[in-house]
Amino acid sequence: MTATTQTLTNISGWGNYPTQDAQVITPLSLSAYQTQLAQHPSIIARGMGRSYGDSANAPIVLQTTYCDHFIAFDKATGLLTVEAGVLLRDILKITVKQGWFLPVTPGTSFVTVGGAIASDVHGKNHHIAGTFGQHVVSITMLLGTGEVVTTSPTELPDLFHATCGGMGLTGVILSATIQLIPIQSAFIAQKTIKADCIEAACEAFETNSSGTYSVAWIDCLATGKHLGRSVLMLGEHAESGRLDLTVKDPITVPIHTPAALLNSMTMRAFNNAYWVKASGDKTQTVPLLPYFYPLDAIGGWNKLYGKAGFLQYQFVLPKVDGVANMRNILTQIAQSGQGSFLAVLKQFGQANQNLLSFPIEGYTLALDFKMSQSTIDLLHRLDDMVAGMGGRVYLTKDAVMLEVSFKTMYSNWEQFEAVRQKYGAIEKFASAQSKRLGLA
Amino acid sequence: MKKILIIGATSAIAEHCARIWAGRGDALYLVARNEERLKTIAADLKVRGAAETDTYWTDLNYMDHHAALLDAAEAAMGGIDTVLIAHGTLSNQNACEECVEETLAEIKTNALSTISLLTLIANRFESKESGTIAVISSVAGDRGRASNYVYGSAKAMITAFTSGMRQRLHKSNVTVITIKPGFIDTPMTAAFKKGLLWAKPTKVADKIVRAIDAKKNEVYVPAFWWAVMVIIKTVPVAVFKKLML
Repeated sequence: MTATTQTLTNISGWGNYPTQDAQVITPLSLSAYQTQLAQHPSIIARGMGRSYGDSANAPIVLQTTYCDHFIAFDKATGLLTVEAGVLLRDILKITVKQGWFLPVTPGTSFVTVGGAIASDVHGKNHHIAGTFGQHVVSITMLLGTGEVVTTSPTELPDLFHATCGGMGLTGVILSATIQLIPIQSAFIAQKTIKADCIEAACEAFETNSSGTYSVAWIDCLATGKHLGRSVLMLGEHAESGRLDLTVKDPITVPIHTPAALLNSMTMRAFNNAYWVKASGDKTQTVPLLPYFYPLDAIGGWNKLYGKAGFLQYQFVLPKVDGVANMRNILTQIAQSGQGSFLAVLKQFGQANQNLLSFPIEGYTLALDFKMSQSTIDLLHRLDDMVAGMGGRVYLTKDAVMLEVSFKTMYSNWEQFEAVRQKYGAIEKFASAQSKRLGLA
Repeated sequence: MKKILIIGATSAIAEHCARIWAGRGDALYLVARNEERLKTIAADLKVRGAAETDTYWTDLNYMDHHAALLDAAEAAMGGIDTVLIAHGTLSNQNACEECVEETLAEIKTNALSTISLLTLIANRFESKESGTIAVISSVAGDRGRASNYVYGSAKAMITAFTSGMRQRLHKSNVTVITIKPGFIDTPMTAAFKKGLLWAKPTKVADKIVRAIDAKKNEVYVPAFWWAVMVIIKTVPVAVFKKLML
């Protein structure tokens, strides 16, 4: 038995919207991937289903999570080769105690390496380290033709730059080699700074841009002169402390809670409490996992938004006029009355060469909204504003963007399609998202 | 460092047990039928910290190869402390009902091949007066049910066989553990609709490794299956035969 076929399963991204009945196939080996690829006209690879929208939804999905094997790890150089289904969490369990950490990590450790590459994820150190793909030494992947190739910044570079951030649309990532970074401790020295408006927050990012990690919680319900008040959290790898990682299993949200529990009153109370509780200019030492992945402690936190699900929205605005533009968008959101429970602000460093990679130099804001028609309408209005400002929306979180917005924001889309054409990916690899966005 | 022989090393349960042992730095000898996956798993366990990983590629239905397999494992690791027998197939009950050969093939894989291995291992461990033998049976072996009695009766044979072997080897300081998993969410059971009774292989492996550490006799994993099976075994035959289970 090398692959198993499931009857139809209702799948969705982490936002629980939209959902789709799909045949979920779990290959157990390379030959099983090849067989499945040959049998089906169109598929998409799916890892942990942690992208928020429909980028891993399709009638037939190849779930990679059983191909979760380590292939090689060099303790002396920090060079790690793993199958695409390995979770970032599993990597940390093995490498931290040997003094190596992920060069870039998103806000959850429950993502696969394949997913991290396909989304070209970024972290709190984007301004100095760039995206995950910038630390990928090479990728082995299965093309639509059935051929297995290795791609890197120097080997088939066009394929490499289309695959990092390519949302799985260039082929199936089978394995990858990543350069880890050395650490002396499994702890982070964290410093907190309070900024009482958006201008002060962006200035604080600028002042602290030489620091390794920076991110801000932002109160997007605050209005007037407190619009965009934020709590910045800066971090550096501690130089002393043990190298052991304390890994706790998450407590699980067992059921979908009524979405009404997250209303404007509870959100306002939460955001006020968060602002009051934060104390400025305080430094403390915290373990790696709660620092990078606070929400990983609550398994299934997405169910707190109820059965209808939620929409994540993350955009980036170019640095020029970025602060003023951000104020405009925050005003629009505050006026809509559709609060976001948690909102995160971050300054991005320079963009990379990957064709569909999200980050460009400027300011990014991530929000989540309860799913409703008025939320969709709001996001479409925001898409127009963001596109008009020369910004873009993160495909990993998108579930509702229109084709025209996508093609305006991601001007490299035609080049991306040309690479897909060259490597036999057209039609063979497609998701609900790629169809919505008008990719072939 | 323990020297552990894992038979059926590509099964999800065995693989997750092996990951725990690798993390402890144990030496592992892996036996399975799919060479491609066997090599992948061996390399993985090495990175996860196993002192050494050796592999043996065989179809366990060839029982005349079993002695050679055990010799090779002993030679590679310099002895064997613990054996986990985890190979098997989930029988297609309907196909078995249609075909005698199919039924006997399932009995051969899930019962006879294990009994062949157990007989050889028991004698080796008895003579050195040490060792732990853990065998994956199933809750399906506790009472035959219409939906899977071919698989269930093979597992019933394993349960009865290991029960007797445990008594025999007790005086020789050899531990025999019968493991009875319930519904586990693995590639073998991918076609089933999952409900509350289903457990993840990582959790099950964790409990199996702990049962082996504690030298338990018989364990249900997860533990609630003990209560479920007490109830199922208590139903009078006259009633049981009318149930759809």
